[in-house]
Amino acid sequence: MFEKSSALQLTNQIAAGQIKSVNAARFVLDRIDKIDPKVGAYLSVFAERAIEQAKAVDEKIAAGRPVGPLAGVPVAVKDNICLKWGPTTCGSKILENFTPPYNATVVERLLAADAVIIGKTNLDEFAMGSSTENSGLKKTVNPWDAQRVPGGSSGGSAAAVSAGLCWAALGSDTGGSIRQPASFCGVTGLKPTYGRVSRYGLVAYGSSLDQIGPITRDVADAALMMNVIAGYDNRDSTSVAESKAPLPGCLAGLDEPLDGLRIAIIPELIDKASLEVGRAVRDALNEYKKMGAALVEVNMPHFDYAIAAYYVIATAEASSNLARYDGCHYGYRSPAANDYIEVYSKSRAEGFGAEVKRRIMLGTFALSSGYYDAYYLKALKVRNRIRRDFIEAFGKADCMMMPVAPTTAFKLGEKTADPLQMYLADVYTIAANLAGVPGISIPCGFDGQGLPIGLQIMSPAFEEHRLLRIARMYEKQTDYCRQTPNL
Amino acid sequence: MSERIDTKLVGRVAHLSRLELSAQELEVFSRQLSAIVDYIRKLDELDTSAVEPLAHCLPISNVFRQDEVLPSLSAQQALANAPDRFEDFFKVPQILEDTSGA
Repeated sequence: MFEKSSALQLTNQIAAGQIKSVNAARFVLDRIDKIDPKVGAYLSVFAERAIEQAKAVDEKIAAGRPVGPLAGVPVAVKDNICLKWGPTTCGSKILENFTPPYNATVVERLLAADAVIIGKTNLDEFAMGSSTENSGLKKTVNPWDAQRVPGGSSGGSAAAVSAGLCWAALGSDTGGSIRQPASFCGVTGLKPTYGRVSRYGLVAYGSSLDQIGPITRDVADAALMMNVIAGYDNRDSTSVAESKAPLPGCLAGLDEPLDGLRIAIIPELIDKASLEVGRAVRDALNEYKKMGAALVEVNMPHFDYAIAAYYVIATAEASSNLARYDGCHYGYRSPAANDYIEVYSKSRAEGFGAEVKRRIMLGTFALSSGYYDAYYLKALKVRNRIRRDFIEAFGKADCMMMPVAPTTAFKLGEKTADPLQMYLADVYTIAANLAGVPGISIPCGFDGQGLPIGLQIMSPAFEEHRLLRIARMYEKQTDYCRQTPNL
Repeated sequence: MSERIDTKLVGRVAHLSRLELSAQELEVFSRQLSAIVDYIRKLDELDTSAVEPLAHCLPISNVFRQDEVLPSLSAQQALANAPDRFEDFFKVPQILEDTSGA
C-alpha cells in the first residue's frame, strides 16, 4: 500500500526495488481515469510516455545503475511551463494548439532526476487569477468540496496533489498562485525566493514577480523537489548564481528544529482573516510557542498597500509580456482578420479571456503617457517600501507567520462578477512576491465545513532551507498534512 | 490622478493594447477598471518623494556573457506553430500599400 506515502518514501522504496515505478505510474493513471472527471485537474495526460519513463527507471534499478532523487515519482506540471511532449496552453484559447519546441529548465531537471511526468495541470489563463475559474479550457473544483474553487492560479496542480492524482507538482507564483491553492486544497506549497529557480520555459506573466515552486504532500517532499529544481541557470538572466546566494541542500538537517526561533507576527493582520482562519493560525503560533519559539510583534506599515502596488506592477509587466501574442508567430489567428491590425486586435479579442484583457488594459493604462509616473513609478516606490518593511522585520525575527488567505475555499462563481473582490483575496500572499522573499503554505487545520486552512511562513531571501525546517517543526507536531479528501 | 475611467479612455487603452472590444465589453470593463483604479489610488496616501523606485529584488545588476555561437531552433522548429507561413517565413496580411502603380 503506497498510495498514502510521501514522494520521499515512495522514491526510497522504488530505489530499493520494493515498489516498481511502473506500478506507481499505473496507479496514478488509473486514479486519473476514475477521479479526474470529477476534479478536472489535468489539461493533458501523457499515459504512454509515463509508462515508458517508469519502465526506464525500473530497468535502471534492475541493472543496478544509479537513479535520480525523484526516481519513479509521478509528478504533474502546471500548463504554463513548457514541455515539448504536447501543448502548453496556459489555460488559454490563444495557445490551445501551441506545442513548445523546447523544455523548461525545471522540466529538464525533473527528467534528469528520474521523475515520471504524468501530465499538465489546469490554471487561470496565463496564471492570472485566484480560483482557476479564469481557465479558458476547463473547470477545476476543490477536491474537498466540488462546489468550491481549488484556488489559483495553480489550482490544477494543488487539486491534483490533494486528490492523489500525482505525488508532487510544479506550480508558479506571481502573487500567491502556489500558496493560496495549496492552502485551499490542504497541501504544501512553496514559493521560492525570486531568482532561486530558473524561469526559462515558464510562460511570462509578471517577470519581476514570477517564480516556479513545488506543491507537495508534505514539507519533506517540498524540500526534495527544491533540491531538484533550484539552482543557477545561464538561460535565465535573473537566476542567481550560487556564489551570490549559497544553495544548501534542503533535506539535510530538515528534521532539526531551530533553537531560539523568533517568529514575527502582525496581530492586526491575523484579525483581518475570518474567525476560523484566525483561530487556526493562532493555534499554530501557540504550537510553535510550546516548542520554545518566541513571538515578536512587528510593524509592516506598507503591507496594506501591497495589493494596489501589485496590480499596477504585475499588469504593467503582463501588458508588455502578452504583446507577443500577435496572431503571427504562434498561437491563435482570427479567421475574420482582414488586415494586419485586425490580425492583432481580432486574434487577441477572440483568443484572450476577460481577466487577461482586463489586466492587459490596466497595465497598458499604468504605463501610458500621462499616467506612468502617477501609477507605475509610484507603485515601484511603494514596492521599495514594502521590501524595506520585510528587511526591518527580519532584523528582529527568523521568519514571519500569517494566514495564506482571509477565508477557506470560496464557492465557484462567488467572486467572478467582481474582479476587485477577487484581487482583495490575495492580501496575505502578494507582499512576498513584491519583496522577492520565499513563502510556504502548510496545512494548519480545518474550518467547520471541513475545508483546509493554511499557515503561511515567510523568511529572508535565499533561506528556503531554514524556512522548510521551520515548517517541518510544525508538521511533525500535527497530522493535518496526512488528511485527504474523500473522493 | 483624478481622471475618470470612462468608456472613451478604456477605448483608447484597448486600441493601444490591440484588443477589439464590443460596446458591451467596453461598458463592463470601464465600470470594473474604474473600481480597480479607485482602489489603486490608495497608493496616493503614501509620501514616496524620497523613495527610489524598485524594479526587482535581485542581488545582481547587469549580466554579461561571452558572445558565442550556440545551437538554436531551426527554421522548421521556429515556424512549427505559425498560423500561416510561406517557405521559411511567417506569412501575414499585406502591410504596405502597393505603390508600384501596377
